[in-house]
Amino acid sequence: MTALVVAEHDNRELKPVTLNVLAAAQAIGGDIHVLVAGADCAAVAEQAAAAAGVAKVLCADAPAYEHQLAENLAPLVAELGAGYEHVLAAHSTTGKNFLPRVAALLDVAMVSDIIGVDAPDTFRRPIYAGNGIATVKSHDAKKVVSVRGTGFDPAPGQGGTATIEAVASVHDAGLSSFVGEAMAKSERPELTAARIVISGGRGMQNGDNFALLNAVADKLGAAVGASRAAVDAGFVPNDMQVGQTGKIVAPELYIAVGISGAIQHLAGMKDSKVIVAINKDEDAPIFQVADYGLVADLFNAVPELETAL
Amino acid sequence: MKVLVPIKRVVDANVKVRVKADGTGIDLANVKMAVNPFCEIAIEEAVRLKEAGVAEEVVAISIGAQACQEQLRTCLALGADRAILVQTDAEMQPLAIAKALKAIYDREQPGVVIFGKQSIDGDNGQTGQMFAAFTGLAQGTFASELTIADGKAQVVREVDGGLQTVALTLPVVVTTDLRLNEPRYASLPNIMKARKKPFEIVSPEDLGVDVAPRFTVESVTPPPQRAAGVKVESVAELVDKLKNEAKVIE
Repeated sequence: MTALVVAEHDNRELKPVTLNVLAAAQAIGGDIHVLVAGADCAAVAEQAAAAAGVAKVLCADAPAYEHQLAENLAPLVAELGAGYEHVLAAHSTTGKNFLPRVAALLDVAMVSDIIGVDAPDTFRRPIYAGNGIATVKSHDAKKVVSVRGTGFDPAPGQGGTATIEAVASVHDAGLSSFVGEAMAKSERPELTAARIVISGGRGMQNGDNFALLNAVADKLGAAVGASRAAVDAGFVPNDMQVGQTGKIVAPELYIAVGISGAIQHLAGMKDSKVIVAINKDEDAPIFQVADYGLVADLFNAVPELETAL
Repeated sequence: MKVLVPIKRVVDANVKVRVKADGTGIDLANVKMAVNPFCEIAIEEAVRLKEAGVAEEVVAISIGAQACQEQLRTCLALGADRAILVQTDAEMQPLAIAKALKAIYDREQPGVVIFGKQSIDGDNGQTGQMFAAFTGLAQGTFASELTIADGKAQVVREVDGGLQTVALTLPVVVTTDLRLNEPRYASLPNIMKARKKPFEIVSPEDLGVDVAPRFTVESVTPPPQRAAGVKVESVAELVDKLKNEAKVIE
């Protein structure tokens, strides 16, 4: 039994979530191969080969794969995946984009967003915004699975000595092309990988006030997130959204500031180890999941918190 | 150009759902149902394409039990021109739904197919991309902006690091993210008018697709509950607890 893990990367660096996906593959059992598909991505293949537990790295290096457009990447993964029992990728916007397309090309079901492995064909995954945990058994010969990074502790990124094999197959569907991107630039850690996350909601009132959270984040080495309300109101960009339809985080410490705690937001953060809520409404639902609740005006409490750290 | 919008009947987003005591699923008895919020955004986008003169016709389609007629009627009231229900009481999984939609696509030949990016019940997020694979079309997933001109669709996509823009050849599959638009409310005259719009019912057998389930849900359990925590009186007490009790900061 061998699993193919599709690496998450930006052609320069292997994204840490790949190590969580490797951990899921290890929980399934059997050998693990990693596919790195990109352009000028040899450095990523080397990082993947160094990850513990990887037996072989397949490197598909071609301009058609530079932006990992689903129309080009999916046929490659389906072609290679035909030889594997399991095909896994992160449940990130990249994985969510191409992996269902792979499953359809292979004519198999896909199991999305798993948080646990009960058996090689049986997985646990949240449904209804995490209000239920479904145990799902796949009956297909091949299992195509996307993995929630926070559901698995990462495999070590070092200690592996996998061989790297070049893949010559190039699929260029000619249907899609990359036009541009506007990526948020931040010195802070990535939301989904941060040890501490501080998020703001509608209570922040405007985007400028997020500077208060940034100041605390800088002291704690934290990432800054937001509720959907704050993103929809235009306070901050979409990539900061934590919740059912945004990013799922499970840091050591999650500080929710001015967030009421809609179930869709809780779905994105309730697996955090310690949750702090700062809200002036003492009846806000966020206090029902918070380990430490502070009923206070955030405009007093947050600067005070920054000073106290 | 025709726009096809597949929609799903789901539990209303404001309902607090509970797992059934016997662990077989979610208790949906007497629960308010609605058009999946992302599908509502898809209908809105299609109607706007029509209002802008880009599209001539908007066709809403759903796959499921007879009760889905209710949500399709809502879509007609929101501006869709006609509706198709692939009626079945069988459990329909994303792969089977994508195959059924492919059969409808072949018949209808739309220029744009707009899906919601995920349904808020199963949270699978698969159907649009699977459909794109079966039809061999380009896909613009998690769209926050859609522009159609000169035989191409330009789609701004919400990705993990920010926004990505892609150019896609028509016909195209688009899946909606939250910020693509703000859906309108159906007006009473439009609700009345919706009753007279064409409504077709077909069966999966008519379409000749294999809808056999590929996985089974063995059980559904409630998520682990967090014990209610404590209220602290001051920022100083909070910092003290975080340092000395939870030990998550230094």
